[in-house]
Amino acid sequence: MQPFHILTGLVAPLDRANVDTDVIIPKQFLKSINRSGFGANLFDGWRYLDKGEPGMNHALRPLNPDFALNQPRYRGAQILLARRNFGCGSSREHAPWALADYGFRALIAPSYADIFFNNCYKNGLLPIVLAESEVEHLFHDTAAFPGFRLTIDLERQTVTTQDGGATFKFDVEPFRKHCLLNGLDEIGLTLTHATDIAAFEAKRKIEQPWLF
Amino acid sequence: MTARTLYDKLWDSHVVRSESDGTALLYIDRHLVHEVTSPQAFEGLKLAGRKPWRVGSIVATADHNTPTQHWDRGIEDPTSRVQVDALDANMRQYGAKAYFPFRDKRQGIVHVIGPENGATLPGMTVVCGDSHTSTHGAFGCLAFGIGTSEVEHVLATQCLLTKQSKAMLVKVDGTLPFGCTAKDVALAVIGKIGTAGGSGYAIEFGGPAIEALSMEGRMTVCNMSIEAGARAGMIAVDDKTIAYLRGRPFAPAAEMWDRAAAYWRTLVSDADAKFDRVVTIDAATIAPQVTWGTSPEMVTTIEGRVPDPDKERDPMRRDGIERALAYMGLSPNTAMTDICIDKVFIGSCTNSRIEDLRAAAAVVSGRHKADNVKVAMVVPGSGLVKAQAEREGLDRVFTAAGFEWREPGCSMCLAMNDDRLEPGERCASTSNRNFEGRQGTGGRTHLVSPAMAAAAAIAGHFVDVRRLS
Repeated sequence: MQPFHILTGLVAPLDRANVDTDVIIPKQFLKSINRSGFGANLFDGWRYLDKGEPGMNHALRPLNPDFALNQPRYRGAQILLARRNFGCGSSREHAPWALADYGFRALIAPSYADIFFNNCYKNGLLPIVLAESEVEHLFHDTAAFPGFRLTIDLERQTVTTQDGGATFKFDVEPFRKHCLLNGLDEIGLTLTHATDIAAFEAKRKIEQPWLF
Repeated sequence: MTARTLYDKLWDSHVVRSESDGTALLYIDRHLVHEVTSPQAFEGLKLAGRKPWRVGSIVATADHNTPTQHWDRGIEDPTSRVQVDALDANMRQYGAKAYFPFRDKRQGIVHVIGPENGATLPGMTVVCGDSHTSTHGAFGCLAFGIGTSEVEHVLATQCLLTKQSKAMLVKVDGTLPFGCTAKDVALAVIGKIGTAGGSGYAIEFGGPAIEALSMEGRMTVCNMSIEAGARAGMIAVDDKTIAYLRGRPFAPAAEMWDRAAAYWRTLVSDADAKFDRVVTIDAATIAPQVTWGTSPEMVTTIEGRVPDPDKERDPMRRDGIERALAYMGLSPNTAMTDICIDKVFIGSCTNSRIEDLRAAAAVVSGRHKADNVKVAMVVPGSGLVKAQAEREGLDRVFTAAGFEWREPGCSMCLAMNDDRLEPGERCASTSNRNFEGRQGTGGRTHLVSPAMAAAAAIAGHFVDVRRLS
């Protein structure tokens, strides 16, 4: 996994609450057996005017001019600014895969759905929680200042505006932070405790043999 | 010893080790696998040169991509077939406790086949790369959905790295009125606490109205915990839980059964256990529910009307209502009973069990679907449910009424196979999500109970099933 240290990037706004993972990556694109290539279909139903199917040449499809990500000023954005309960619904990890494949490295929202939040960390995507008022402030600035960028410092747990005028602190669980800063393979880490797992399993086999 | 919730008991009994920040290595007893969220996990395992830790924990099936008719033709969609073939190949290579492939008589929706085969047992941790894994909590399990990276993690280590959630009790007092079902309870709870109300929590459902539900009804309620934002929902073990499991293929037998059942009976919250949040609902106030919007919390009763955004003060909520009504093609203040439908879907991991089909058939019996309803399809949750329904003659009740009787699978709940809505089509659906495009690009979904879906098929519009004479 790609480590995350400091990111300075363009911010794109998605001004809707309860954005679900079906909208982030619609079901017809889940049939792939790979982890990559989902970026072209991120927000497919909102981003394009026609009905998207796998195998189309997405570069030739008509774009919805009203959708924020299609506006030239947000092209190349690496930080997605979103509203509460982002990523609700289906557990599909294709959602963070699509966001990352599109080019996003971090998200900022007042809250996320639990499974989506978890899935982001497994893919080097940092889901930052800020207060509603702080998010509101950032939505205002993103709209007001073309080219609005933020610097995210995971080590210091800060989000800072480009002019340094405003800094917001965010929380992150120490273990998740450690893994993301170092790009750690969690499976490898867990397997260092293989003896503990085997001992636990052996005990369980004696106590509840019907589970095996 | 301090009083513990059911969730505490399930959690404590699976912690292999804990980190100082509270992150725990949690042991996983049952790993349910389907074709959509597993191929990348198996691929990751191979690339890293790892092997599954314990294939005996795996119960697998193909359900999301499988067609629900013309099984003799196989899977015609080549992209769907690739995923199902990938699961077949992984099962051949690694093995499992049980694998029910496409066209097997025990194949079906992963959340239906686990319990009906006794592969879901009280006291287990149950995971699956599918958010509706919460269904299995009906058996006093800790069951929750995970992403594909975590599927790989469980395959490789039999554990998950996770933190304990907060505990919420949703207590449903009193008795459910005539015509109201587990689905109406689930939607009423979501309407009350919202789709993010359970975020960060594991929900235990309790109270007399929950205790009165059958195991099928309890599965429906736990299934929709995720629609309230909670990864896990659960219900304490009682006589019904134990009676349901007796004699199931993978349930323990003989002396082992007595030992297991004695343990299972301890899987209840202690009387004085403390919850982080308690929500109480009076079952008597619940009426048949119908969603009107694009989120399960956008719900009202059959006696209600489509809301008027002008009456909403919160600007973000107003914006949400306006967007939803535009997508759904609905005008403010329309009576729910005035909304006409094009299709009916009875199925999904929420409502495709035998009791659901019986409830729908009871409404349909001796009647015929309305002419404006293009398709009314019944998709049993599994091959075993289908066979049971056919033994009871339910298939003939449905087909005589103009309904289609299909093969089992996830079908139009998420429309990964050929069963889908066309743009603008409106559906009365017993599934769990009314998100934009969920049942097909541009499709409009209204979530209801099986009896309400059946009644809508007969009337051609939503109708109060309690008033159908």
